[in-house]
Amino acid sequence: MADFGSLWPSLLITLKITLLAFAGAALGGLALGMLLTSSRWLERSLFPYAVVLQVTPVVAIAPLIIIWAKNTTLALFICAWLVAFFPVVSNTVTGLNSTDTHLRDLFRLYGASKSQSMFWLRLPSALPYYLAGLRISGGLALIGAVVAEFVAGTGGTQSGLAYRILESAYRLRIPRVFAALVLISLTGIVIYLVLSAVSRMLLRHWHDSAIRADG
Amino acid sequence: MSVHSREVRAATPAGASARPLITISGVGKSFASGTTALEGIDLTIPAVPQFLALLGPSGCGKSTLLRIISGLEPPSSGNIEWPTTVHDVRGRPLPELGFVFQDATLMPWASVFDNLYLPLRIKGRSRRAVRDQVMEALRQVGLADFADAYPRQLSGGMRMRASVARALVTRPRVLLMDEPFAALDEITRLKLDRDLLDLWQANALTVLFVTHSVFESVFLADRIVVMSARPGRIIADIRIDEPYPRSDGFRMSSSYNAYCRDVSAALARSIEEASCRSASPNVSPPSWWARFSSAFGKSRSKPRKFQATSSPPHP
Repeated sequence: MADFGSLWPSLLITLKITLLAFAGAALGGLALGMLLTSSRWLERSLFPYAVVLQVTPVVAIAPLIIIWAKNTTLALFICAWLVAFFPVVSNTVTGLNSTDTHLRDLFRLYGASKSQSMFWLRLPSALPYYLAGLRISGGLALIGAVVAEFVAGTGGTQSGLAYRILESAYRLRIPRVFAALVLISLTGIVIYLVLSAVSRMLLRHWHDSAIRADG
Repeated sequence: MSVHSREVRAATPAGASARPLITISGVGKSFASGTTALEGIDLTIPAVPQFLALLGPSGCGKSTLLRIISGLEPPSSGNIEWPTTVHDVRGRPLPELGFVFQDATLMPWASVFDNLYLPLRIKGRSRRAVRDQVMEALRQVGLADFADAYPRQLSGGMRMRASVARALVTRPRVLLMDEPFAALDEITRLKLDRDLLDLWQANALTVLFVTHSVFESVFLADRIVVMSARPGRIIADIRIDEPYPRSDGFRMSSSYNAYCRDVSAALARSIEEASCRSASPNVSPPSWWARFSSAFGKSRSKPRKFQATSSPPHP
């Protein structure tokens, strides 16, 4: 139990990176998704880069990022973001492109502008996909933050949970390793639950995924 | 071919040529795949409100014709004119049209009210300014109590009503309906058919109603245009001279049966036609045959079996 107390500040640090990366992924992923779907041409030319970033293991790029980034927090943020943003982009693109064709016809029939279709039709119909993407990327942001910490190390007072695991493992303080592991898992679970609740709340009126059999 | 055009011309009402609402002349449509969906469609829709049913076997291009009339798709040949209509910048007669699709096509994330508000919202009208207009459209279809409901809380029939109300909310002159009630159960469909007739009369509308049901078209329409199988062409233009309002009694009457028989015969002829045409290339104009055979090159030998039945197109 004493271990949990001593790990608390580290948890906050890891959590900070995770949340920053997640927020970055949520906003950046949405923006990038909208950009990519605005023209087929853009999608064809830019989407491969997103795939490249996704399939390259973050541990492999992390050293580069750590060298290039001005401070460790920024480096950690970039690493975690790289891991987290892809599911959001990919899901947003799928969502924006899978609008009901008849509804699209309807908007055209009434002469809706591009931005009207985007905000009143494509974004709302992409929302379930986007939220599903967020749920995946919430967990990935945490994993990304932890992995990046492993690589980056970061000594001194500013160390996150991953560094504490490394440190405790070197000293063979196994209970503390477990405590840190449990904290990381719990954080991941909480993030997932919060995102699921948000998703259910936003979709409760209309989407099958958010409506229970009794509703 | 000449036989049919004579029939079509004969059925066109005498005074209709004055200032028609829509003139469709020589409209054809071929897709990139090589399929010819429509060919040589000539149709005049008069300014006087009419309930026109477009009837034909499935795949005859009825829906395509509707999409071309609405401007959703350009024709490959021929043109559509709206002589009495003011056009917008892009040359489209937007405010004149309401479109009802095969399914209700409501936005599931928006309430019924917001779904109806959409066409007006796109035009930049404020929610408060059009509240009465939207509620009036809802009242017309009997959904006034469901303004705040979400589409998934409604039954299939109610969703279709909401869809019809959305098409009417801009007060169009023409309502295009693409097999709107085909997916509903029989009882709901009969009820909606009756209510549609009431709406049609109350709003001084022209309705273009695509269907493949002979019975539905005879009950609803005062004019039935029968189309042949692909490539879709108009092969008969039949008037149903039965006064409105039509009650369920009309469905039982002998005149209803007679009309159904006539229309069915025309429809059967259209299907027979199509197989004859594919069977004997020498009695048909070569221009479309070239297109047809290139689209269905491989199945060319099969239909020759029907050659025996091909001699006269119809008595």
